Amino acid sequence: MLTAPKLDYALLAPILIILGAALLGVIVEAFVKQALRARLQLAIALTGIIIAFEQLYRVRNEGSSIAAVTSVSIDGSGIFIQGAILVFAFLGILIIADQDHFAPQASALPGSSEEASALESGKQQTEVFPLTLFAVSGAMLFPIATDFITLFVALEVLSLPLYLMVGLSRRRRLLSQEAALKYFLLGAYSSAFFLFGSALLYGYSGSLSLNGLTDAIKGSGGNDVFLLLGAAFLSVGLLFKIGAVPFHSWTPDVYQGAPTPITGFMAAATKAAAFGATLRIFYIGLDAAQVSWKPAIAGIAVITMVFGSIAAISQRDIKRMLALSSIAHTGFVLTAVVSLNKSALSATLFYLVAYGFATIGAFGIVTLVRDSAGEVTDINRWVGLGKKSPLVAAVFSLFLLSFAGIPLTSGFVGKFAIFSAAYESGNIYLVVAGVLSSAIAVFFYLRLILMLFFADATSGSVSVVIPSLLTRIAISICAIATLVLGLAPSLLFDVAQNFAYFLR
Amino acid sequence: MTTSTNLVYLIALPLFSAALLLLLGRIADKWGHIFATLISASVFVIGAIEFFAMQGRDGEARAATQKVFEWISVGTFQVNASLLLDQLSICFVLLITGVGTLIHIYSIAYMSHDHDRRRFFAYLNLFIAAMLLLVLGDSYLNLYVGWEGVGLASYLLIGFWNQKPAYATAAKKAFVANRVGDVGLSLAIMIAFTQFGTVTFAGVKEGASGASAGALTAIGAMLLLAAAGKSAQFPLQSWLGDAMAGPTPVSALIHAATMVTAGVYLITRSNFIFDASPTAQLMVVIVGAITLLFGALIGTAKDDIKKALAASTMSQIGYMILATGLGPVGYAFAIMHLLTHGFFKAGMFLGAGSVMHGMNDEVNMRRYGAIGKVMPITAATFGLGYLAILGVPPFAGFYSKDKIIETAFNAGGIEGILLGGATLLGAAITAFYMTRVIVLTFTGTKRWDENAHPHESPFLMWAPMAILAIGSVTSGFLLSSGSALVNWLQPVVNEHHEHHAEEFLPPLVVSTMALAFVAIGVAFAVLKYRTVPLIAPTDVSLFTKAARKDLYQDSFNEAVLMRPGQKLTAGLITTDYKVIDGLVRSVGWIIQTTSSTLRSIQNGYVRSYALIMVLGVLALVTAIWMVTL
Repeated sequence: MLTAPKLDYALLAPILIILGAALLGVIVEAFVKQALRARLQLAIALTGIIIAFEQLYRVRNEGSSIAAVTSVSIDGSGIFIQGAILVFAFLGILIIADQDHFAPQASALPGSSEEASALESGKQQTEVFPLTLFAVSGAMLFPIATDFITLFVALEVLSLPLYLMVGLSRRRRLLSQEAALKYFLLGAYSSAFFLFGSALLYGYSGSLSLNGLTDAIKGSGGNDVFLLLGAAFLSVGLLFKIGAVPFHSWTPDVYQGAPTPITGFMAAATKAAAFGATLRIFYIGLDAAQVSWKPAIAGIAVITMVFGSIAAISQRDIKRMLALSSIAHTGFVLTAVVSLNKSALSATLFYLVAYGFATIGAFGIVTLVRDSAGEVTDINRWVGLGKKSPLVAAVFSLFLLSFAGIPLTSGFVGKFAIFSAAYESGNIYLVVAGVLSSAIAVFFYLRLILMLFFADATSGSVSVVIPSLLTRIAISICAIATLVLGLAPSLLFDVAQNFAYFLR
Repeated sequence: MTTSTNLVYLIALPLFSAALLLLLGRIADKWGHIFATLISASVFVIGAIEFFAMQGRDGEARAATQKVFEWISVGTFQVNASLLLDQLSICFVLLITGVGTLIHIYSIAYMSHDHDRRRFFAYLNLFIAAMLLLVLGDSYLNLYVGWEGVGLASYLLIGFWNQKPAYATAAKKAFVANRVGDVGLSLAIMIAFTQFGTVTFAGVKEGASGASAGALTAIGAMLLLAAAGKSAQFPLQSWLGDAMAGPTPVSALIHAATMVTAGVYLITRSNFIFDASPTAQLMVVIVGAITLLFGALIGTAKDDIKKALAASTMSQIGYMILATGLGPVGYAFAIMHLLTHGFFKAGMFLGAGSVMHGMNDEVNMRRYGAIGKVMPITAATFGLGYLAILGVPPFAGFYSKDKIIETAFNAGGIEGILLGGATLLGAAITAFYMTRVIVLTFTGTKRWDENAHPHESPFLMWAPMAILAIGSVTSGFLLSSGSALVNWLQPVVNEHHEHHAEEFLPPLVVSTMALAFVAIGVAFAVLKYRTVPLIAPTDVSLFTKAARKDLYQDSFNEAVLMRPGQKLTAGLITTDYKVIDGLVRSVGWIIQTTSSTLRSIQNGYVRSYALIMVLGVLALVTAIWMVTL
């Protein structure tokens, strides 16, 4: 006789509200007049996010590991990351709402007459809103899931909408669709590894939950082929999602091809969700076997930050450069993951928020720099932008300085927290590698700032469009957050420290 | 000690005026010079009031202090921006503001055709402010600020006509030479701080009594280096001749009467250091003696009237420095000579300016001659200054210079005879070159340029000259009658020394000898310059050649300091470029190349990406495997 599982709806409310808003969006898409859809969708999405955040705030101190039997664990880290994802989603949607970035009819073949007529009719397709909300719901489930099935479902709910969203670009559609297909193929490939890893771990422990896995490792010792292979394969799925080398190959292509607002959202929210899950799996599930995997993951951390920093130097496309810079940041955060202590956990939480704000803001600025054919991502054509549009260039420079970890920006505090946590845990070589690759990375950030402000503009005419109010709000929030978290980091840092715990 | 609240205005007023005139720019062109002159005059009035107030107080209470604000407070290092007006500084305040005001007035006419007159006056006010801070600071650090300030003002004014590259170079040369001295001053301050934990004059004085001889000598030597830089003393003397590039009022004020005497002030102010260190004192007298002869010799061969006077300034300051090195008894005479020199040398510089003004800015004395007839007032005031510098009684120099010569002889033994001899010889050479200036300029035959139409200068120019000439005549008598200045300064320089020097020679003998030497010098000059060729003759003695080249001071500096320095710099640049930059560049190159290689791996083919992932999985599994084994 099966009994219905007991669910604690109050604790699950944030996710359910987002899912509800997404479903509502689908209904709107089907039944509401085209002309009204865009505004309605925007209102639904923003309202849903705000209510979800409010609900999340309400339950912020009510941790529980049995909210949905043993499938999820609502605890400090989970709530913090969910909150961060909701904030990023809010900012992301503000920029996404500037519909100019999306194809009027995604199903029309690039260059076909259907596309032309869709463009002409001024049609706007608004599926991107419910798609984003579905992705957000997956992203919110991922960091709190505690068994492999839920983890996998969350991963797919997060990923599938993203595959679609990447292909929605209005301009350079072939590039966009190519990116979507690559992302899908490689994502499916990595999901297979994740699933295979889960199966092996189930075979090892006889349990699907992280707690069961821990108990099994403690019971039998961590030296088993199934365990080690399973841990490795599971890691591959996670490392793919966070974009760690050598599972990063998709990142530059996808970041470049995707519509820029989606890139910003993805870079911030997906990374936060994937790191949330990674932290939980490594801190809870595989903690007992850390001797086996720690050196390998630490090695990946080093390779990732060095690779990201070096490879970014020769990029000529601003979105690719930011993609490689995000790979470098993945490496920095990984150093905290392998430090496995509480200060590393709170440092990671802080870093993810700081990085997310700067990333959404930076990609938001990229959406503004255009010529007659749309966004201009060729770095050489950004030369001298500081003279034409000093404010935009200055704000962009602020984000770059934050990426570079220059003091008085949030990036500095984040890097400092992460490296000091790594130092505390005795991983000096990680700190050395981190600081050195930061130094390499500073080069291309500062070079870009130099090009913006201290070089004369070339002939290619690039102009900055006046951003819509929503975009302006989003970028302003990001800039202010970047600055405030740099000047008064304790505002968020204390919160991160309070929330830096896992429930088993 | 009296507490005063007015001292700060002495500095604040001219500083404010300078800032105002510079910030307002061309708006202030019409009235800037008048404003600056009024400010300078009112500062003089304040100084005079303070002087009389001080006379009204007795003994200990004469010195006045004012704490302006707490400046530095780091651990045990406490420095207040405090001012100290005592018997020594009031002499300087009156000299600086008095002569300064006269020169402001003179400059109104002298600079009337200059487009940038307002800027000139702003710099003059800046100089007044900085110089007053220098003499009013109550600690070495406050003094240092003024010290640097006058250096800046001097730099700005020497290069005032910086459109001429040679003038800009002269300004730079003065600045660099001064920097060498400034390093000495900062080192002296640092040593004082490490030794005594304080940098106030009072604190250092207190500490000096118990300090080691080595420390005192080190501080003294560094202070002497500073004094040599600012006062154009050997071996940092080379800048003063070139500094004549500045407008003539500047030469009169800064490079004759006030700033260049800052070294004398510094040593006098630091008397407690030098009195306690005979070695440092010996260095001081040697530097003074060398410079007084060095300057005098250069003066004999200069055809440029301002450079001749500059050489004379160097030589006269040599007298003062020498006097300060003679211990407690010398300080007062050094200051007395400083004050009288301030009158007669400033007067003569203004006279030179007046002549230049009438002669289309001609400075070559070989193109002068017989100017006395057309410019009688200039000639008369200059003549009085001439008599004063020669030391003819009863003119000012007689009182001050003879006292120095006397004191030098009284130093005793071989040292006394050498120093006395040097000062006597210096007096003779002084007489020679000053007579040469007079003969070439004011008497003899016209050797003018065709376009020259000399005429007497306007009232605004000759009035200051006349006032200074009165000072040249009377100041010596006034300062020495009843040992007025010596008694006045006694609390500052001579507190615990009841000094009764044994007289080597009676004063009358010394004066007679000095006058005899002066007479010889004058006679030589008159005989030699009965006729003056327009072009300086080239078949002259080696000695004249050397003097014309400033005794090879520049060649020496260039060969010993400049060229090796340039070689060193070039070497360092090469090292920096090849080795250090090379290292950095090759790191950059390696990273760039690696980056390009990595970029080519990112080929866009999804199959390659999948392959990379497989390899990654294999590597990861292997790594975990290896660790576990």
